[in-house]
Amino acid sequence: MSTTIETAIGAAQTMVLNMGPQHPSTHGVLRVVLELNGELVAKAEPIIGYLHTGIEKSCEAKTYSQVITLTDRIDYLAPLSNNLGYCLAVEKILGIEVPKRAQYIRVLLTELTRCASHLVWVGTHAIDLGAMTVFLYSFREREEILKIFEYLSGQRMMTSYFRIGGLALEPPPGWLDKVQRVVDSLPGHIDEYEDLLTKNKIWLGRTQGVGIITASDAIAMGCSGPMLRGSGVAYDVRKAFPYSSYDEFDFNVQTQTAGDCYARYQVRVAEIRESIKIVKQAMQKIPSEGPFRAEVPGIIPPSREEMKTSIEGLIYHFKIFTEGFAPPPGEVYQAIESPRGELGVFVASDGSAKPYRVKFRAPSFVNLQSLPKLAEGRLIADVVACIGTTDIVLGEVDR
Amino acid sequence: MDFITQHPVLVVSLAKIVGLMFVLMTTLAYLSWFERKVIAHIQSRWGPYYVGAHGLLQPLADGVKFLFKEDLTPPGADRFVYILAPMLALTLAMTTLALIPFGPPSVQWLGESTLIVADSSIGLMFVFAITSIGVYGVALAGWSSNSKYPLLGGLRSSAQMISYEVALTLAVVGVVLLSGTLNFNEMIQSQSGYYLHFVPRWNVVPQIVGFLCYFMSAVAETNRAPFDLPEGETELVGGFHTEYSSFKFAMFFMAEYANMITVSCLATILFFGGWLSPFPESWTFMRYLPPVGLLALAVYLAYDTVVLARGIARIQLIVVTAGALVIGLACLHPVVLAIIQGPFWFLLKVGLIMFFYVWTRATLPRLRYDQLMSFGWKFLLPVALANLVITALVKVWPMLVNHG
Repeated sequence: MSTTIETAIGAAQTMVLNMGPQHPSTHGVLRVVLELNGELVAKAEPIIGYLHTGIEKSCEAKTYSQVITLTDRIDYLAPLSNNLGYCLAVEKILGIEVPKRAQYIRVLLTELTRCASHLVWVGTHAIDLGAMTVFLYSFREREEILKIFEYLSGQRMMTSYFRIGGLALEPPPGWLDKVQRVVDSLPGHIDEYEDLLTKNKIWLGRTQGVGIITASDAIAMGCSGPMLRGSGVAYDVRKAFPYSSYDEFDFNVQTQTAGDCYARYQVRVAEIRESIKIVKQAMQKIPSEGPFRAEVPGIIPPSREEMKTSIEGLIYHFKIFTEGFAPPPGEVYQAIESPRGELGVFVASDGSAKPYRVKFRAPSFVNLQSLPKLAEGRLIADVVACIGTTDIVLGEVDR
Repeated sequence: MDFITQHPVLVVSLAKIVGLMFVLMTTLAYLSWFERKVIAHIQSRWGPYYVGAHGLLQPLADGVKFLFKEDLTPPGADRFVYILAPMLALTLAMTTLALIPFGPPSVQWLGESTLIVADSSIGLMFVFAITSIGVYGVALAGWSSNSKYPLLGGLRSSAQMISYEVALTLAVVGVVLLSGTLNFNEMIQSQSGYYLHFVPRWNVVPQIVGFLCYFMSAVAETNRAPFDLPEGETELVGGFHTEYSSFKFAMFFMAEYANMITVSCLATILFFGGWLSPFPESWTFMRYLPPVGLLALAVYLAYDTVVLARGIARIQLIVVTAGALVIGLACLHPVVLAIIQGPFWFLLKVGLIMFFYVWTRATLPRLRYDQLMSFGWKFLLPVALANLVITALVKVWPMLVNHG
């Protein structure tokens, strides 16, 4: 019998390494227990719960409108997408038709959110793999998008700008010029990142062939978003189940077939460009005048003018802001395409002013379970790349 | 007194060592400032700005911070080795600087070998001997911390530094063949002269492959990006120095910078003609570059002082401006001008190589461990070997022809 290193030390000699919850590249407080054979990962087990906020449970103690502020905090990199998912669900249970103008503005803002979120992803993924300059460049551009959100809602991140039935406020004058400025400059900046990364030999070596997931595996695990599209499945909720007038926009679903980290990188970069395309179309479509929220007495707050001048308006305003409104009993499920994948919102109403149950199908949570599949049998450095390309937000994983 | 008069060499050497240490410590501190500033500007931000004018007092603040931090030793650490490791790393990194000639061996008005601590006939060998021991600092630090991330970092860097040591050494053998000596000053002198009357006859021209191999291995040898796996921050937290805090950490930090200076100095000596000026002797006006450069700097700083700076930063800038002005004017004196030539060109070249180091770090992603190893063994080593063989053949060819 020949003596190899394995037989000499015993093949079962592995080391357990706790990666996280405090680790520079676990994107928050993810903990991964790695069983290492040298530098090879024999087993990777993600452990979650370090950022449990109890948001879903808290929703049951809030009125339907108050929940919106909580949804901001689920996926804190794409608050407007969460707002949209929840508002659409509640509008569905109430049967409210949102004015077209509000719908287009919602589309424009959620696509900007997608750009901002993907910019954060490109930056953090690059810094995970050691290319730190891209990180600072992409955060610079993201800040410009956040400035638009701040201009509209007064908040950079926790916007709560979408409300049930429409928007919180009439957009301030000149906001489209600011959007135009971002839309004009962003493609050039993305070229800049691509110059630094896309054809970089080291970048290719670190991402190509790393963390492969096949289309059937991805479907079986319920992956969605760029995780799924990187494996060649052209599933996008915006196309498959259009909401908020997405069917009126012309855009392509970006896919790659390789299913590795590089494919997911390409998908996300292409999606930023695609989102810019949608934003441009939305800018054409948005009428300059018109209502920014639906008029449903007793459910949607009346305008300031009406509240001050008519007795009914005052009463409705008072009732909505003290006890809320009660949708009919029933359940709805509304899915949207968040930057991370299919964000589903399930709302159950028992006929009272507070939701009986709110459940979020968080794409980060579902995508995360593919991590062992991606990382096992690879090196420690690849685990970092794999965590990066699943694009998890721990606030969304734990909710 | 008798002792001193009997051993003048000892006294002179000690004085030179003290002088070098002083300059080196300041340079190490300001290298961190330089790196942060350069990277910041590449990344479209300002970098250190508030501690003194242009953040010039930041290294001082960092030093004070390191001194006052709590010095932790992880439980179960091998205390002796744990304390020994940073000392070893820093001492060895600084020892090599003694061999570096900062100027010509004999300078007018200064005498023989003033600008070098030890003008050894085996300079290059000695430097490589010392740098190979340097791996102990890292390996022992990783092992003695009794922690998993440092252990992995230590393992990685031992493997990496030993692997790249081979390519590094092979890459410079070509230069040794060309110059036929291991003494640094003689190597530099063998590079004097010009192709076509203006292209300097530096080794980088015939040994371009050797230089590229040398530079890549040197980056790996000093654990810098894109080969900074041992401390790969996003994978191994801090690598071998994860568990080190306070001044022990600062010592590793300084050792890294000292190593960077060493390999940059070596590159300058071996491939870029050391303290030789890149311009022909006949271009006498180029001798005035150091004072002119300093005076231009003084003018810029004066503008800064008057227009931009406020408060304490302004006082500090006045001091720096006055310094640049005085040194710049002093350099106009023929004696100082003659002395400054060698060190000026040497330090300028070293500075440019350091800039390249920092630039690389800001631009490239990090390699993976297996890619790093296969790059070293399967690419750099064969290329360096081929370069060596070709250089040797070219060198021996005339003899072979004459025999035949």
